[in-house]
Amino acid sequence: MLESLEGKQGKPRFKPPFPANYGLYGKPTTINNTQSLASVPAIIRNGAAWFAALGPEGSGGTALFSVSGHVEKPGNYELPMGIPFKDLLNDVCGGVLGGRKLKAVIPGGSSCKVLPADIIMDCTMDYTSLQQAGSSFGTGAVVVMDETTCMVKVLRRISRFYMAESCGQCTPCREGTGWLYRMLTRIIDGKGEEADLHKLVDVANKIEGHTICALGDAAAWPVQSFLKHFHDEFAYMIRNHGRSIVDAATDAAA
Amino acid sequence: MSDDIVNIEVDGEAVEARRGQMLIEVTDAVGAYVPRFCYHDKLSVAANCRMCLVEVEKVPKPMPACATPVGEGMKVFTKSPKAIAAQKATMEFLLINHPLDCPICDQGGECELQDLAIGYGRDVSRYNDGKRVVKDKDIGPLVSTDMTRCIHCTRCVRFGEEITGKPQLGTTDRGENMKIGTYVEQSVDHELSANIIDLCPVGALNNKPYRYSARAWEMAQHATVSPHDCVGSNLYAHVLRGTVKRIVPRANESINESWIADRDRYSYEAIYSGDRLMRPRVKENGAWRDVDWEGALAQAADVLKSADQDKVALIATPAVTVEEGHLLSQIADHLGTANIDHRVGRRDVSDQDNDPMYPSLGCSIAEIEQHDAILVAGSNVRAEAPIIAHRLRKAAVAGAAISFANSSVYEYLFDVANYLSGAGLVELLAGVAVAAADGNSLPDSVTELCDGVTASGAHKDVARSLAEADRAIVLLGNIAGRHASYTAVRALAAAIAELTGASFGGLSEGPNSAGACLAGVLPHRAQGGENRVTAGLDVASMLAQAMDAVVLVNVEPDADIHAATDAVARLAEQAFVVALTPFVSDALLEAADLLLPTGTFAETSGTYVNVEGTWQSFSGVASAVGEARPTWKVLRVLGNLVDAPGFDYVTSVDVRDEFVARLGEISTSNAYEASGRIAKVNGADAPANDIDIPLYSVDALVRRATALQLTDEAQRARAVSDG
Repeated sequence: MLESLEGKQGKPRFKPPFPANYGLYGKPTTINNTQSLASVPAIIRNGAAWFAALGPEGSGGTALFSVSGHVEKPGNYELPMGIPFKDLLNDVCGGVLGGRKLKAVIPGGSSCKVLPADIIMDCTMDYTSLQQAGSSFGTGAVVVMDETTCMVKVLRRISRFYMAESCGQCTPCREGTGWLYRMLTRIIDGKGEEADLHKLVDVANKIEGHTICALGDAAAWPVQSFLKHFHDEFAYMIRNHGRSIVDAATDAAA
Repeated sequence: MSDDIVNIEVDGEAVEARRGQMLIEVTDAVGAYVPRFCYHDKLSVAANCRMCLVEVEKVPKPMPACATPVGEGMKVFTKSPKAIAAQKATMEFLLINHPLDCPICDQGGECELQDLAIGYGRDVSRYNDGKRVVKDKDIGPLVSTDMTRCIHCTRCVRFGEEITGKPQLGTTDRGENMKIGTYVEQSVDHELSANIIDLCPVGALNNKPYRYSARAWEMAQHATVSPHDCVGSNLYAHVLRGTVKRIVPRANESINESWIADRDRYSYEAIYSGDRLMRPRVKENGAWRDVDWEGALAQAADVLKSADQDKVALIATPAVTVEEGHLLSQIADHLGTANIDHRVGRRDVSDQDNDPMYPSLGCSIAEIEQHDAILVAGSNVRAEAPIIAHRLRKAAVAGAAISFANSSVYEYLFDVANYLSGAGLVELLAGVAVAAADGNSLPDSVTELCDGVTASGAHKDVARSLAEADRAIVLLGNIAGRHASYTAVRALAAAIAELTGASFGGLSEGPNSAGACLAGVLPHRAQGGENRVTAGLDVASMLAQAMDAVVLVNVEPDADIHAATDAVARLAEQAFVVALTPFVSDALLEAADLLLPTGTFAETSGTYVNVEGTWQSFSGVASAVGEARPTWKVLRVLGNLVDAPGFDYVTSVDVRDEFVARLGEISTSNAYEASGRIAKVNGADAPANDIDIPLYSVDALVRRATALQLTDEAQRARAVSDG
């Protein structure tokens, strides 16, 4: 954002130096999410204790949950931090679409690690709980997926996003995000190989932590988590030349 | 211990580093090599290639060594499994889209990617999807592009932004479609532009004229020195079986750093130009015929011996080497003439007795950037000495006030403090001198020149910036040197320097004005700078009088002589003109009676003394073209044939050693003292375009370098001269 304000290409700056020392036009700059700044007036008015009490320990205040995917009532909801996911899904959002079975949830935007139904149903929506479950709170953009969802295709969609969003500045993300997308496309096209599964995770590991900004990590985490929790679906599709395990289940039922 | 020193550990070794230094500088200093592509010591840190990732204790992620400042107690591991794994990961990413065309890539064998792929790459690629293909760009006649090979290190982009100040290359598109280009199609034209070839770690940007003509490993590398300007940039010639295939920079921090001008890089093309004189030729009854060397030299010697000693003229250029100058001046002494000169560009020699022992910059080349204020007067410095212009830019970027005084306005790619223009140089400088005096008395020499002159606001700004600076200098350029009233220009510039407490110096013409002066290739001074008892004739006077014999040493009379007008016609009227020359031209065919083929800078050994007084000797790097012989050898034989004593040198080193032994102490003083009050210049101060020599017209080599002549810059200059 600072680069864009200065009229340059929107490419992340290498840190350090941090914007607080060397920001816009080289001057110290405070740069925060809108949500953080929006909380400030209310905190000033009502006090820090009031804000902290809105959520559980370590996750004060409210959050804006942007729930999308297979729910009856998708939408934006401002709720206290720490609300059990179960309540968010069933009470606030009217449950899984069409009463189908929940398969997985990405709790905080597409870069967060995916959590299968059995794990997420025991979580509360706050920093600590989701981190302990192996994901993160992220942005509060909750993506709900039911049993009809093909996880390979979802991952490819996410990977395509990160390929398109990579700015191209640094090597691992510029080259790696396209590689991930192409491997997933090949699997969906029925041309995948067993070795691709290991390679996907390996390439993601080589992007993670090696880039200038967090987009590299964001591209890697979905790949790592999808393959961790839904390895079977990927393996099935490779063995069956592009046929999704979901389609197989539907056909069997029919 | 100073606060500025921190103690760190590199691979288990305790190392001291400056606070704030980047890790890679420290690891380089202690010899712990970290692979890198985007990092370059002359450019800003980009940290985009991710090749230099190393492990730092207590930091979970591998850190880029080029962008990680050292901190007290930091423990760095450059070759730990974690560091190597990160480096190998980056290499794999770089290689997935890089073409496997090393066998047909000019960079092959000297490619940073190829070299590091040996150490950090896999033997088999795990990438089996389609590779990226990028359309090549046409960025002009000097640099070829193979953009599919680009690894997006952005060194070329940063070079334009930071070094030349002309950011023509940039990135467009995003992600894996990001590409380097000019956005709007155009050539990349700056006098240093081709340095991006050396910066490019892969084969994306390469040398266009050299393309596909040799492989790096089959050429021999010989050190040499640029013959185009007073800097004497250090070069390597890459030579294949006696033929120069290309020129690359030889790093020398105190002179050219790691850059060279484009004309230093591409002028070698002229060595193999179709204009080369292949064997001696003589004109008989208006018709030219080839002769053998023996006959040609004998004829030249006969003409010289039978000439009246006052009617012998020896004319060289500032490209004459110290050795050639020494021989030439001895031949003149032996023949009993002082009609010897190398100042083919200087129109006003009236004040020559007040010249310094040799023209000098007034500081070292590297010191330019340490000044706080500089006035450059009478100079198109980017054309005259691109490396000096680069140093000026560095000074400006560091905050120095750089001002210019010139009849014409030239473009500079930095913030110019003041640009005085639109009038004659004498008028402009008189204004600054009056401002510098600020009501106090002016030096007597310039009082008449400044009489009635009032200082404008800009004049005062320039004078103030020089006076207020801790370190200031006034530099005269080659346009000043060729000015019809050089005496007045110099006196005023010296007065400004004196009044403001600035030092005083200037650029000189060609690579060896200094050496030629020391060697006594001057009508008024003998070797070592002593005044001759009777001064001989300067270039213009020699041409104006009837001579029995004129010897031109590597002079192109139509293009090199600015001291006189109609040089070709005047030479044609002379009784006998011997021209030692690498090239044949219509002008020489008209002007001369005997042509002796000499070698270019690449075919001879010699020594140049640059504008800061540095002596730089070089050897011949290429085989002679045709029957061309090194100029010093031709002069040696000529000396023998005219019975000059002591001409029994075996090598050019013998010549130089003898000269150095005789030279005695050299005065480096640039102090100028006029002989008296200088009269008003009356009309001689009119702005003259013809004394500005374009970038690619400075000497016979550059004028014949095909690629340079194809540049926009050369074509613009031609369009101007063709009217």
